[in-house]
Amino acid sequence: MIRVSGLRKSYGKNEILKGIDTEITKGEVVVVIGPSGSGKSTFLRCINRLEEPTGGQIWFEGQELTEKQSDLNRIRQRMGMVFQQFNLFPHMSVMENLTLAPRKLKNQSKDQAKKIALELLKSVGLEDKASAYPDSLSGGQKQRIAIARALAMEPAMILFDEPTSALDPEMVGEVLDVMKRLAKNGMTMVIVTHEMGFAREVGDRLIFMDGGVIVEEGDPRAIFENPQHPRTKDFLSKVL
Amino acid sequence: MSLDFSFMAKYWEMFLYGAWVTLQLSFFGVLLGTIFGIFLALMKISKVWVLRALSSTYIEIIRGTPMLVQVFIIYFGLVPFGLELTKFQAGIAALTINSAAYMAEVFRAGINAIDKGQAEAARSLGMSHGMTLRHIILPQAFRNMLPAIGNEFIIIVKDSSLVSTIGAAEIMYTARTVQGAAFKPLEPLLVAAAMYFVLTFTLSKLLSALERRLQKR
Repeated sequence: MIRVSGLRKSYGKNEILKGIDTEITKGEVVVVIGPSGSGKSTFLRCINRLEEPTGGQIWFEGQELTEKQSDLNRIRQRMGMVFQQFNLFPHMSVMENLTLAPRKLKNQSKDQAKKIALELLKSVGLEDKASAYPDSLSGGQKQRIAIARALAMEPAMILFDEPTSALDPEMVGEVLDVMKRLAKNGMTMVIVTHEMGFAREVGDRLIFMDGGVIVEEGDPRAIFENPQHPRTKDFLSKVL
Repeated sequence: MSLDFSFMAKYWEMFLYGAWVTLQLSFFGVLLGTIFGIFLALMKISKVWVLRALSSTYIEIIRGTPMLVQVFIIYFGLVPFGLELTKFQAGIAALTINSAAYMAEVFRAGINAIDKGQAEAARSLGMSHGMTLRHIILPQAFRNMLPAIGNEFIIIVKDSSLVSTIGAAEIMYTARTVQGAAFKPLEPLLVAAAMYFVLTFTLSKLLSALERRLQKR
């Protein structure tokens, strides 16, 4: 579904990504871990070009999205994103947060969009918050709404950028539960996270990044139990 | 010395007409200044450097020269170039040109103050740059900017008095006329001051009511 080849990104002289090559197949849950500054968030943000790559190519569903003429807005509709800071629209109700993009971009009628949104809210356990405003929600609730908002566009895959890092510890579980359910239902997901237990349990594949390159990748259980590269060993010994 | 406002019996209609002219000048100055201000602000934050440079140059020049000079240039100075505006048109043009520069800075600051994550979230859903501005950034920016916008509106109302210098019959011009006609140096000016105050005070009350309404919920 996604192919990344020789992906590079630098800010001025500072090279953050030094050539990333990987492939993600449909339905796969890829978890990206690594020390801070390893480039894992930048990698994720290059996939939907929130960061402009400085080199390499990315193909998504057969289209090269690193090409100048690619219809980025169209591609992004198929590729949701969930942010560390939730980034809900504070001037809109939860319902409006969920229905704005589908109505404007997919020409859904108001009723149609609302119906889908209510279904999604139910699936994240927040159907009673439809008319609430983001300010009145807890962090865990906000993030579940943000996931529902991404799902409302019916994307083929979702990128998660440290979705639980800004949450109070007691709220991490409720968000991870929603993500687990998504994974089980076959959603293609790329997840940058510090939740090692989650990575091990839910990930189909683990990518360990350090210094702007993929140091090691493979089956999460295998890597957690028996890391091959010294840098992976070092990192895991610190976080586990 | 006592104040004598008996001249008002004869001149109140003139003053009322002056207030009407001031209102119109201010209304169009505010409206057009806001519209051009938004465009200037968008130019100034654009990725195209030519637009940024144009906008910055405009803003610096307008902010750095007195409005009185601008009014004269527009009304008298453009005649040799075949642009003959009425006093009223020249007044609106000067107010617009001037307030647009200030509004642009208000809008730019307001837009920049919105967290980058907001635009990223909108773009990640597939919204275009324009849609993101319209539905996500500007509504939030507008709410934050309202006090500064209100301030600018009030300045425009007061600055419209400068248009009296080219003879547009607004409040200040009327006051000067009545000063001469009624041989009263002070009272007509007090009437003018009171009228400006009523206008700006009403405006500021309206704006804070709007602010409260937006703040609620």
